[in-house]
Amino acid sequence: MSEPFLPPIGMLAELTHRCPLQCPYCSNPLELLKANRELDTQTWLDLFSQAADLGVLQVHLSGGEPTLRRDLEQLIAGLSARGVYTNLITAGVGIAEGRIEAFAEAGLDHLQLSFQGARPATTDRIGNHGGSHEKKLETARRARAAGLPLTINAPIHRHNIEEVPEFIDLALSLGAERLEIANVQYAGWALANRDMLMPERAAVERQADIVAAAQERLAGVMNIDFVTPDYFAIYPKPCMGGWARDAFMVAPDGTVLPCHAAQTIPSLRFERFGERTLAEIWTDSPAFNAFRGTGWMQEPCRSCERREVDWGGCRCQAMAIAGDAAATDPACIKSPIHNHMAILIDAALAQAAPEGAESFIFRRIGATTRPDKSA
Amino acid sequence: MMTLRERALVSMQSVPSLPKHVRIQYDPVRHAFAVLSPEKVFWPNEISLDILRRCDGRSTVGHIIADLASDYDTDQEAVAADVIAFLREWSDKLLVKL
Repeated sequence: MSEPFLPPIGMLAELTHRCPLQCPYCSNPLELLKANRELDTQTWLDLFSQAADLGVLQVHLSGGEPTLRRDLEQLIAGLSARGVYTNLITAGVGIAEGRIEAFAEAGLDHLQLSFQGARPATTDRIGNHGGSHEKKLETARRARAAGLPLTINAPIHRHNIEEVPEFIDLALSLGAERLEIANVQYAGWALANRDMLMPERAAVERQADIVAAAQERLAGVMNIDFVTPDYFAIYPKPCMGGWARDAFMVAPDGTVLPCHAAQTIPSLRFERFGERTLAEIWTDSPAFNAFRGTGWMQEPCRSCERREVDWGGCRCQAMAIAGDAAATDPACIKSPIHNHMAILIDAALAQAAPEGAESFIFRRIGATTRPDKSA
Repeated sequence: MMTLRERALVSMQSVPSLPKHVRIQYDPVRHAFAVLSPEKVFWPNEISLDILRRCDGRSTVGHIIADLASDYDTDQEAVAADVIAFLREWSDKLLVKL
């Protein structure tokens, strides 16, 4: 491997795995960490400082629910003092009076608020938390009143895909600058719940038309980012912009990872901040170097003209579906097992329970052991 | 009830500024100016930077064009089309406020 590597631009900090919601597509690992495994304030501040030295310009503060960290104001202030752009990714439920204003005062640049549905009943059912929709509306109002720029994040799946036009109206009515229509990616809890979350083909096509029309209609009014569903794709996404290329994430216990689901690749070992510096992990960690650049690629990726467009797609999806983390992402039409995606869609739809009768594995500690979903 | 934002159109009288969620910052690691926005980082070229730096919430588009033409020692018409096209694109992406 001789690709020159670049300094990282972005970092996702999963401050905690604790969360009041139990969304069945959570991107956290199935084995959730308890509060006693979380890094303390000073360690996060040291980590952020090293990240800024390394070239990180943006930090996304996420979880779990990051506002459950009582030191969040302090962490934001630490990043802000280093000129790092801070984005708080929150479920917006149960944030105490005065805190959103305190985040803004500490220097928070932007707030991203998730809605599980555009309708209250959907939000409350998917997050398994009664009254959460109303609390989220209140969080949005408080964020706007504090002068914070706002993104609404809508994770899309079978049970809310028909609400996409309502999500657009909701985001507009809340004064959001940005809306993410993000189709659920089947890793973590979403993989465990895949059969219940898979949307119908016709609904996916309708959604694409609705979003494209809204993007055109709302130019200059609201940005709409569309994360398309992998299983229905022709080409894969450049997951994380390429493995260890310009972004990374840190788990609540300080484990530094190339992506959310990297721990599902059994051959890799990951290092924790504190055992080594961030710079050492970014440059030298065998796990980061395993799929960096293009040297690791097999055919058809190796000779593909898109190899530096999508960087082979998602390594974790290759692991989950092809059983080989170095395989071409099966979402790619050039993958020899691309047809597995269609088979998995059909299998999921054949098993889909009638509306309201589905039995999600809700995200909570101890809800499941590692399910065998390899296809 | 919140009034909905409307798409802004560029005119010579528009007074562009950077919205709160966008900022220009020098990056000492890469020795370049970055534009930071919610999910994206942009690396504008020199001319784009010269336009963005003049989006100060006080100068009109007409004034920015005249200023750039003078700095680049060229006539205003040559600059105007580029500046207007740039501001339209950035305004449509909500990266510049008009």
